[in-house]
Amino acid sequence: MFIDETPLLTVENLSYFYGRHRGCEGVSFDLYPGEVMGVVGESGSGKSTLLRVIAGQDRPDAGTVTYRDRLDKDLDIHRISEAQLRFLTRTDWAFVHQNPRDGLRMNVSAGANVGERLMAIGQRHYGEIRGQATEWLGRVEVDTNRIDDLPATFSGGMQQRLQIARNLVTGPRLVFMDEPTGGLDVSVQARLLDLIRGLVSRLGLSAVIVTHDLAVVRLLAHRLLVMKDGRVVESGLTDQVLDDPQHPYSQLLVSSILQT
Amino acid sequence: MTTMLKLERVGKSFTLHVQGGVEIPVFEDLELSVDAGECVALTGSSGVGKTTLMRMIYANYTVPEGRILVRHGDDWVDMASAHPHAVLEVRRRTMGYVSQFLRVVPRVPAIDIVAEPLRALGTDVEAARDKAAELLTRLNVPERLWSLSPMTFSGGEQQRVNIAHGVAHPYPVLLLDEPTASLDAENRAVVLSLIDEARARGAAIVGIFHDQEARDAVTTRSFSTADYTRAAA
Ligand SMILES: Nc1ncnc2c1ncn2[C@@H]1O[C@H](COP(=O)(O)OP(=O)(O)OP(=O)(O)O)[C@@H](O)[C@H]1O
Ligand SMILES: Nc1ncnc2c1ncn2[C@@H]1O[C@H](COP(=O)(O)OP(=O)(O)OP(=O)(O)O)[C@@H](O)[C@H]1O
Ligand SMILES: [Mg+2]
Ligand SMILES: [Mg+2]
Repeated sequence: MFIDETPLLTVENLSYFYGRHRGCEGVSFDLYPGEVMGVVGESGSGKSTLLRVIAGQDRPDAGTVTYRDRLDKDLDIHRISEAQLRFLTRTDWAFVHQNPRDGLRMNVSAGANVGERLMAIGQRHYGEIRGQATEWLGRVEVDTNRIDDLPATFSGGMQQRLQIARNLVTGPRLVFMDEPTGGLDVSVQARLLDLIRGLVSRLGLSAVIVTHDLAVVRLLAHRLLVMKDGRVVESGLTDQVLDDPQHPYSQLLVSSILQT
Repeated sequence: MTTMLKLERVGKSFTLHVQGGVEIPVFEDLELSVDAGECVALTGSSGVGKTTLMRMIYANYTVPEGRILVRHGDDWVDMASAHPHAVLEVRRRTMGYVSQFLRVVPRVPAIDIVAEPLRALGTDVEAARDKAAELLTRLNVPERLWSLSPMTFSGGEQQRVNIAHGVAHPYPVLLLDEPTASLDAENRAVVLSLIDEARARGAAIVGIFHDQEARDAVTTRSFSTADYTRAAA
């Protein structure tokens, strides 16, 4: 009766220190195909640090991250070669930055931002690349007439949607998002959340989403990690952690926010 | 009959850390077993813990003491200790829950909310929408509302969307928290017949019904939650 029994991602005892200062410590969880893990906690609790280490951008001081690739092979993310990691980040993974400027190339057009990722995985046919770029701009509700414009001429919400298109065009299996709705006004946030939700359920993606917004995780995440001072103080099903939090800090977090 | 749900020595209290660590004892050593084709009404006065118990069965609340076993295909899954991944799978296939109020997702049309449980199990869009349309029609939700988000619906309309969502997939185990509250007589009758049909096809149902008439109409037995009230520590 249970299907998909092997996790896509296994994080074990992960620690990262900035010198003597704790970034994150002793974090473990696993993530199954099609699941979304939310990471919440106050500012400075180590959410972004954790995400970067999991995504192979920083090397942990202890612990491992294991990813199961399309051939069902387990890869130790911090031991594979740099070329292998680069290949993963271009094909299987996507990373959506809080600030779209960190995830976009600002000096090339919107269409090129999307097309570039396709070229990086070997596509060469200009017409097809442009066709896919147009299709993705449509999916993220960016006016396709703007395909040749520079991202700098886009609003913040449009840039964020463009960044998502750029990331998802290659059909990744695992998406990392750091505050994907941060800094956007409420109506743009709602549309973006709706978009992410639809993409996750339609494409069967797995995702790790960092946010301080409990309404966002309520909507998007199946499971939750609550972080404080670099450590996970509580984890479980999203609705269980939000409706019946056990740790004093989780209770404080939930009670301090008006929930919808 | 086949037993679908077994609660063994279940206990619960809440600790309110934000309010000076106050303890709210709810129950202890609670035992309940429900067979396929039964509809059990949880009874007891307000605050006794009916909703709490139902939420624990669904693993929406933690289960600090005892076991809550659900028959999931050929397996028994203990909702108290199962991995979240397994709990999600049980919720997808085996156990449905109609909460007291609909939790509206912005921008998602009513018909897709109702179709969603079927979609999650791989039913194609058209078939899932057809089933959703059939239920919404039976529940007298006007067709002009189907393509709108229930955000702006009346309480009764939202509740009917919620019920349609809860019965779209024929769950072997069904939890219902006040499914007939805020409904008029006509719609209440529709909901009661939906519940009865679910029971007749073999669902094991646990319900909370404040309305005595509704309770008498669909339940096969009552379970007094108050018998397991926990003394203050
Ligand atoms: N490059 C760095 N050098 C030194 N300390 C850092 C560095 N980056 C982060 N830190 C520290 O590590 C801790 C965790 O930071 P991190 O950015 O992971 O927090 P966060 O949970 O993402 O917070 P926010 O919600 O504000 O983005 C903080 O105390 C922070 O000051
Ligand atoms: N999430 C929660 N956190 C803390 N205490 C809770 C929580 N949920 C319920 N309680 C407490 O548990 C007790 C039982 O509440 P519950 O909602 O289960 O009662 P009920 O029998 O469903 O009542 P009613 O008939 O009024 O709906 C109450 O004292 C309530 O305050
Ligand atoms: Mg951060
Ligand atoms: Mg109740």
